[in-house]
Amino acid sequence: METNLKTNTNEKVFDIEKIRNDFPILKQLVHNKPLCYLDNAATTQKPQIVIDTINNFYSTINSNIHRGVHSLSEKSTQAYENARAKIKDFINAKSDKEIIFTSGTTASINLVAQTFGRKYVSDGDEIIVTRMEHHSNIVPWQLLCDEKNAKLKVLQINNKGELLLDDLKDLISEKTKLITVVHVSNTLGTINPVKEIIKIAHQNNVPVLLDAAQSIQHIEIDVQELDCDFLAFSGHKIYGPTGIGILYGKENLLDKMPPFMGGGDMISKVTFEGTTFNELPFKFEAGTSNIAGAIGLGAAIDYVHSIGIKNIKEHETNLLNAATGAVKEIPGIKIIGNAKEKTSVLSFVIDNIHPHDIGTFLDFEGVAIRTGHHCTQPLMDFFKVPATSRASFAFYNTFNEVEQLTIALKKTIEVLS
Amino acid sequence: MDTELRELYQQVILDHNKSPRNFRVIEHPSHSSEGYNPLCGDTIHLYLTIEDGIVKDISFQGSGCAISKASASLMSSMIKGKTIEEAKKIFEKFQEMITGKLDENSDIESLGKLAVLSGVKEFPARVKCASLAWHTLINAINEKKEAVTTE
Ligand SMILES: Cc1ncc(COP(=O)(O)O)c(C=O)c1O
Repeated sequence: METNLKTNTNEKVFDIEKIRNDFPILKQLVHNKPLCYLDNAATTQKPQIVIDTINNFYSTINSNIHRGVHSLSEKSTQAYENARAKIKDFINAKSDKEIIFTSGTTASINLVAQTFGRKYVSDGDEIIVTRMEHHSNIVPWQLLCDEKNAKLKVLQINNKGELLLDDLKDLISEKTKLITVVHVSNTLGTINPVKEIIKIAHQNNVPVLLDAAQSIQHIEIDVQELDCDFLAFSGHKIYGPTGIGILYGKENLLDKMPPFMGGGDMISKVTFEGTTFNELPFKFEAGTSNIAGAIGLGAAIDYVHSIGIKNIKEHETNLLNAATGAVKEIPGIKIIGNAKEKTSVLSFVIDNIHPHDIGTFLDFEGVAIRTGHHCTQPLMDFFKVPATSRASFAFYNTFNEVEQLTIALKKTIEVLS
Repeated sequence: MDTELRELYQQVILDHNKSPRNFRVIEHPSHSSEGYNPLCGDTIHLYLTIEDGIVKDISFQGSGCAISKASASLMSSMIKGKTIEEAKKIFEKFQEMITGKLDENSDIESLGKLAVLSGVKEFPARVKCASLAWHTLINAINEKKEAVTTE
């Protein structure tokens, strides 16, 4: 198996040994077994360069940004704005003004709900989501709908875990104010046909928000080519730190939206008679940001870029195929999520064994997977399961680890069934 | 199998998981309650027939992990025939055991078969699984209407 490690991607670029050396956390034992980290959809591990960048920030240039005239403040402001520019380039946004630092996907979605939503959604209006949304792309809209007496409509899925795209046209009405869709399902790995969705939406003059929490680290994203109106993702799922995330929004939309939080940095002038707001993107960045986090995310983006999303996708797809093949061979296992287009997420259930027991047993084999509803309860209801076990692969995973997972699963079934 | 893991998944637990006792519905219970563990999606529906302060019959339905199912099964066997006061006392002791708060001199014997769940104390994430049935029981006894959640 080991010979397969350097997959048929460009060997020089994709040297798995070298890559694994970049991630200090991977070199440890868990319950005396080599750690096999397959919970990457929950959060990814951090390469040394990201850890060092954050360390260096605090060791050498830490200071508050934007308002200082001293050297350190100028340096940290520059580093922070450089990170913004890196992210702009990474998703090919038109302008830095369209890149807003938030604390993560959840915060980005809530920002849109509380500003765009509050301004444009009113009594009787409709918002469309899909059956496979993460709770963070359901609940903010339910809160808004409750407040505005608006309606949440749901695009359903088939048994493979694919959207019923043909139904979208019928769901859209003149009352539809926004379609908000997960780009890649965190539970199923399904890659949704967002380009088509956006096209259909725009034919009806409806803007689209993409939850890119599970796509940004696996798929090349070009917001101009996709023509999405908003895009949200989290730094920690793309090898960056926690507590930092991005909201991309088209400038003309962001311009018209009222601010989200009020405070320092987001203003232009404050008097007790009235306040004028700062320009984009600062209008949406009230208070002291997660400066170290933003700079760390910039380093993560650089790192991912150096490996290449295409190479990443290729290796991860190979891992997924190997794992899917191996798991299918095990009697009693059923894979949940068999979409044609998938990222490296493998959700499954085992006859008569609860995912939590599986998770505990696997942990003792060094294998870290996630078990539960993965914050997608409506999706669990669709598949009529309370929970699944989910192995999610990153580019630093190996074919040996696929084997470690398979062996651990077989052992678990032996004891528990 | 690792010893710590074997402590958690003792044979008795695996056995109760596979063939839970009192796993049925009581048609006209005097008390009943639902419990829900949002973390793992465990659900339990508990039925009781209580007469003169004594648990005459107890049963449960639901789905959950081996720990939660075995715990509910063991609880039902343990509680049948006990008074409400006795049941509450056992619960307190059980709770102390699975959270590692039972002092060493305390007689674990009084917990009988429930002692097989003591391994849970090494697995903080699983304490909720083991205690779900018990919280649901207390709710049923106290005739609380809303479902228990362990969050
Ligand atoms: C599809 C999807 N959307 C949103 C989120 C929320 O991300 P965060 O918790 O970083 O805000 C997640 C994370 O689990 C996710 O997988």
